[in-house]
Amino acid sequence: MSIAKTHLVSKLRQTLIAALGVTFGIGSYITLVSFMTGLNQMLDDLILNQTPHVHIFNEIKPTEEQPVTLTDGVAGSFNVVYSVRPKLSQKKIHNAKPLMEYLNRDERVKGAIPQVKTQVFYVAGSIELGGNLSGVEILKEEELFNLGDYIVKGSARDLHNTSNGIILGAGVAEKLSLEVGDRVQVTTVKGDIFPLKIVGIYQSGIVEIDNVQSYTNLGTVQRILGEPESYITDINLKLFDIEEAIPIAEAVEKQFGLTAIDVQTANAQFETGTTVRNLITYAVSITLLVVAGFGIYNILNMLIYEKMNDIAILKATGFSGKDVQLIFMSQALIIGFLGGVIGLLLGYGLSVLISNTPFDTEALPTVETYPVNFDMAFYVIGISFAMLSTFFAGYFPSRKARKIDPVRIITGI
Amino acid sequence: MKAILEAKYIDKHFRKPVDFHVLKDINFKVNQGEFVSVMGKSGCGKSTLLYILSTMDTDYEGELYLNDELLTGKHPDYLAYVRNKHIGFVFQFHYLLPEFTVLENIMLPARKLGEKSNEEIRTDALHKLEILQIAELAQKKASRISGGEKQRVAIARALINDPAIIMGDEPTGNLDSHNSENVLRIFRQLSDEQGLSLLIVTHDHDFAQSTDRIISMEDGRIISEGR
Repeated sequence: MSIAKTHLVSKLRQTLIAALGVTFGIGSYITLVSFMTGLNQMLDDLILNQTPHVHIFNEIKPTEEQPVTLTDGVAGSFNVVYSVRPKLSQKKIHNAKPLMEYLNRDERVKGAIPQVKTQVFYVAGSIELGGNLSGVEILKEEELFNLGDYIVKGSARDLHNTSNGIILGAGVAEKLSLEVGDRVQVTTVKGDIFPLKIVGIYQSGIVEIDNVQSYTNLGTVQRILGEPESYITDINLKLFDIEEAIPIAEAVEKQFGLTAIDVQTANAQFETGTTVRNLITYAVSITLLVVAGFGIYNILNMLIYEKMNDIAILKATGFSGKDVQLIFMSQALIIGFLGGVIGLLLGYGLSVLISNTPFDTEALPTVETYPVNFDMAFYVIGISFAMLSTFFAGYFPSRKARKIDPVRIITGI
Repeated sequence: MKAILEAKYIDKHFRKPVDFHVLKDINFKVNQGEFVSVMGKSGCGKSTLLYILSTMDTDYEGELYLNDELLTGKHPDYLAYVRNKHIGFVFQFHYLLPEFTVLENIMLPARKLGEKSNEEIRTDALHKLEILQIAELAQKKASRISGGEKQRVAIARALINDPAIIMGDEPTGNLDSHNSENVLRIFRQLSDEQGLSLLIVTHDHDFAQSTDRIISMEDGRIISEGR
C-alpha cells in the first residue's frame, strides 16, 4: 500500500532508527553466532581432528573368565579368586592387517590407519627425557587427522622421505635445545639406542602432548623395537559421521575382543563445554533480537498515536479496520525486512573483519586469524527471526489501530 | 421524491460515565437533491446523530436506511464499503493526510473502492479540483496549503466516488467568513447543479438560512423540521 510507504518515507528518521534496531540486533546476532561457532569449531578441530573417532588397541587387563569357571564341578557355586593378574600377552593387535582391511571396507569408515606406540627416552647430550613415540603412516595421518597442520617446521613429506627421521614435539625440542636437522637419540624400554634425524617440529597447542609426543615412520619404530612389520599396537578410525563412533566401537570390541574407545566417550567433558557455549550464544542473540523487536513495537506505537487523525479519516472514508491494520503491519514488515537485510550485511561485514583480524597465540600454531563460521543457516535464521519479531512487534500496535473508533477521534472525545 | 437517507426511531444512550439519553426518537428523511442543515445548541446531540447517520457509530437503537437499504446491524466491513461508496464527508477539520499531495489525498477513497483504473481516478480527481477551482494545487503537499484550500480539497475528496449524500460536521466552523461563503457556495452549487443530497451540521445561522431545510434539535429531540 502506498500509504504505508509514504508514512515510512515521511518519517524517514524514525523508520531508520527502527530499522537500525533490527539491523544491530540481526547484525550482532550474525557476528556473535558466526564468531562463537567459529571458535567452537576451531576448538572442536583442535581436539577432534587429531583424535581418532574410534581408537582400537589391545589393553592389558585380567581376563574376565578365570579357569575355575570352566570346570563343571563348581558350576552354580560362588567362586572367589584372589590375586588375579593379567596374563602376559602381546601389546600388539593380533592380525592387525586383515582387521584394517575389514574396517576399510566398511562404508561408514573414511579410513583406518595403523600406529605403533611405544615409550621411549629422548637423549641429547646428557639429558634424558621420557616420551611417547608413535610410528605412523605419516601421509595418511596428514590426510585423515590433519597432522600436517600441526607440523610447524618441516613437513610430513620430509618424514615420509627420510627413513630415520623423526618429528619432535615442540616441548621436547625446546627442552633438549634441538632444531630441525639435528640428531636425537632414542632409547627404548629394553635399552636399545637408536639415532634419529629431526626433520620437523610438531606443536599441537596442547602443552602436555607437545612435551612428550613425537612421530616417526611406522617402519622406523618397528625397527627400533625389533618387531616385524605386522606389529601394530593401535588402529585409528576416521568416520564419515562422528555419530557412528559409538556403535562401531561397540561392534569392534565385541567381534575382535579388543578395546575400542569412541571419541564421545574420550571427550565427554569437551562436548559439554561446546553445548554450554552454544547455549550462551543463543541466549545473548535472542535477547538482542527481542530488544530490537521492542524498539519496533515502540516506534509503531508512537506512529499510531501520531497518525490517529489519519486513521480516523481513513476509516471515515471507507477503509475497514483490516485495511488500516494491513497498512501498519506492512510498515512493520518493511522495517523488519530492510533492517534484517542490512543487519545481515552488517553481520557479514563484521564477520569478514573478524576473520581477517590477526590472532597470534603460541598455543595454536595453525591459527593466524580469528576463526569465523560463515554458515548460511545463521543468515536464514537471522532474517526469519527479524521478520518474525517485527511481525509480532507490528501486530499489537496495528491491532490497536484497527480498533480505533473514528468517531471518538473526530469529535475530539 | 425519493428518500436518500431515512432515520427511524433512533435512540442513543451514552453509557459512560453515567447513563445519558442523547438522542430520543429521531425520525426524518433526506430526499434526493435536498440541501439540509441541522442546527442546535452544543451538546444537543446533533454531531452524535450525524455519526450514527454516517454508519461510523453503530451503538444505537432504531433503524437507518440509505437508498432504502437497511444499514442497521450490518457488518463493520460492509459499512466501511458503504461509507466509501455512498457517503462523502467534510469535517470541521480537514483531516487530509499531510504527507501526501492534494491529488493523492483526493484519489485515496477511489483507489480504496477500486472500481476504476488509476488513470481514470486521476482524471476524475482533477475534474473535481476544477469544479472547486483549485486545480493548480493538485501537486502540492497537503500540509502546504491554506486552511480554506484544505477544506475545499476535503470537499473534493468527499466527492470523488460520486456519493449519494455528503455529510458535514461544521465544515465552516473553522473558517473565516470569506472561506465560509466559498464553501457554502460550492455546496449550493453541487446541490443545484448535480442534484447531490447534503446533510450539514452547523452552528452558523447564515449558513443554515441558505439551505433548503433546517432541522432544529434540542436535548436529543427534533423540535422543528423544514423552514
